[in-house]
Amino acid sequence: MSERTPNARTRRKSGTDTEAQSADRFDVLIAGAGYVGLALAVSIAEARPGMRVMIVDAAPEGVWEKDGRASAIAAAASRMLAQLGCWEEIAGNAQPITDMIITDSRTSDPVRPVFLTFGGEAAPGEPFAHMVMNRDLNTALRRRAEELGVDIVQGVGVDGFEVEGATVSVRLSDGMQARTRLLVAADGVRSRLRDMAGIKTLHWDYGQSGIVCTVAHERPHNGRAEEHFLPAGPFATLPLMGNRSSIVWTERTGDAERLVAEDDFIFEQELELRFGLKLGEIHVEGPRRAWPLGLTLARDFVKPRFALAGDAAHGIHPIAGQGLNLGFKDAAALAQVLVEADRLGEDIGAIDVLQRYERWRRFDTVQMGVTTDVLNRLFSNDLGPLRAVRDIGLGLVDRMPGMKSFFVRQAAGMDRSAPRLLQGEAI
Amino acid sequence: MPQARQTSIDPREVERFSALAAEWWNPNGKFRPLHRFNPVRLAYIRDHVAAHFGRDPRGTKPFDGLRILDIGCGGGLLCEPMARLGAEIVGADASETNIEVARLHAAESGVNIDYRATLAETLADEGEKFDVILNMEVVEHVADVDYFIEKCGEMLKPGGLMFVATINRTTKAWGLAIIGAEYVLRWLPRGTHQYEKLVRPAELEKALEQAGLSIKEKTGVVYNPLADRWQRSKDMDVNYMVLAEKP
Repeated sequence: MSERTPNARTRRKSGTDTEAQSADRFDVLIAGAGYVGLALAVSIAEARPGMRVMIVDAAPEGVWEKDGRASAIAAAASRMLAQLGCWEEIAGNAQPITDMIITDSRTSDPVRPVFLTFGGEAAPGEPFAHMVMNRDLNTALRRRAEELGVDIVQGVGVDGFEVEGATVSVRLSDGMQARTRLLVAADGVRSRLRDMAGIKTLHWDYGQSGIVCTVAHERPHNGRAEEHFLPAGPFATLPLMGNRSSIVWTERTGDAERLVAEDDFIFEQELELRFGLKLGEIHVEGPRRAWPLGLTLARDFVKPRFALAGDAAHGIHPIAGQGLNLGFKDAAALAQVLVEADRLGEDIGAIDVLQRYERWRRFDTVQMGVTTDVLNRLFSNDLGPLRAVRDIGLGLVDRMPGMKSFFVRQAAGMDRSAPRLLQGEAI
Repeated sequence: MPQARQTSIDPREVERFSALAAEWWNPNGKFRPLHRFNPVRLAYIRDHVAAHFGRDPRGTKPFDGLRILDIGCGGGLLCEPMARLGAEIVGADASETNIEVARLHAAESGVNIDYRATLAETLADEGEKFDVILNMEVVEHVADVDYFIEKCGEMLKPGGLMFVATINRTTKAWGLAIIGAEYVLRWLPRGTHQYEKLVRPAELEKALEQAGLSIKEKTGVVYNPLADRWQRSKDMDVNYMVLAEKP
């Protein structure tokens, strides 16, 4: 069987090619070239130029370029992207979210009373979040990864792997074999590598799906994001560049599937009922898709020489818009643990090193998963007494400046236990 | 650097050594306390060696070109990180078994370490010289601390560093390191440490000075049970580390 070796550029960079080095060809092999895998690779390569990092991704070349979705990026994540040399390239096309309103209403309510408004700056002149096109995010991270000598191989998945002493032997779908000191699964919520590693998950299905699409509207949104807690689930609009907004619209799964299959006229009618006419006429742009929502938590985040990151470790409800930001936190925390261990000469794949990452991230993840789960259960219904309670709750939060700034800081991803990259510092 | 020596022992012996190596290197097994202790002592060594020899502690191979001796190396828990940091490392242990275990694991890890089943006195008499000598968790097990430190001092090049980590001889140390760690928590096998062989900082410093070394720095090391991590501290009542230099 042939072996996949680092490319010429990587090999030159790694300096002396002793026998010891050729025995473990990669330091870190990442499965999945989404933003988590890319951010992890860039974070490691930036801090440790001598480490050999490769990403394999089962999707064929060019698929990521067709992703028309946008994501909310918290201020902490944009600080990290700035530290990694990617933000400047993204910023030009990023829409700042300058304020956010939250309402609790029925679909048919003509006026939706606003219970909570966030005017948001994480720091002076720094919006607490931006809307970024996934494509732009990927383009910037890929460019940086390649500059740093990280190989990204599209159309190649992982068929199996075995831990052999101080390395993992990885069978790739192109028939090649790679050896690495650490294998990271960043292959999404239905991670195949997680199953191969025998890691079980806890899963809750909400019976809800999120319809995702982009709308163009006549009047400007002024950087305002809105979240309406409708009886079927949250309906969020997030500002994009120009007079466009990204919609995340939760319905019961059966209804969501019916809606996306309807013709444009009927879909737009239903959308208008929820979106309203305050920004004038609306028109759906591009495809619309329904994504089933659930909460998936891996029981373990690590095994010897193996780690989960991003949705492979935790797929959460998009209600709080934190999925992507949790993924960046994983990448930042894992990179920091690995880099610090490598600077001490420790074995980066050893379980006691990897457990530092697990301890760091698990608490935060479970907390976020449970919070979004509770929020969803609290809001996705039309029970009178529950409405009254949650509206009083939201109203109280709105009147307490301390609470609000706490939520803004949290939404921006700025807590003191955050990895250094998320605080805008180098590892 | 010499290659790890090939051994000519029989396969059953190799199997026994592999089982022992797996035990030495299992971070949640019998040697868990040493694994837990490793990051704090590694950081102490790395930071002081880098500062003393003008190296970048965040660089790729900050110990490149430094010849380091690890006395009482056991299964090689310190030697392997030293090798990865770029050092030319000699690991010495009185136990032939430990040395076989360490060799086996080094081969598996792909690191180059010169392991020798020998004593510090023997190495000194052979005229070996080093830039850095590591005496980590050793002095509390030797018969004559003064003689041992003197022989180690002979092997240090002028301007070289000696690190000593050990356990203080206090009531608190008896309670925590012997009763606590050996009898209550069972972190260590009973009889690992004998109270009367523990060494007080003043005794150690005297031995180092008699060997012609000057004390550069000392620190306590305490266990933080909440973080399950060891950290440096002013409290030298139980675990402590001393750094000395040969002028």
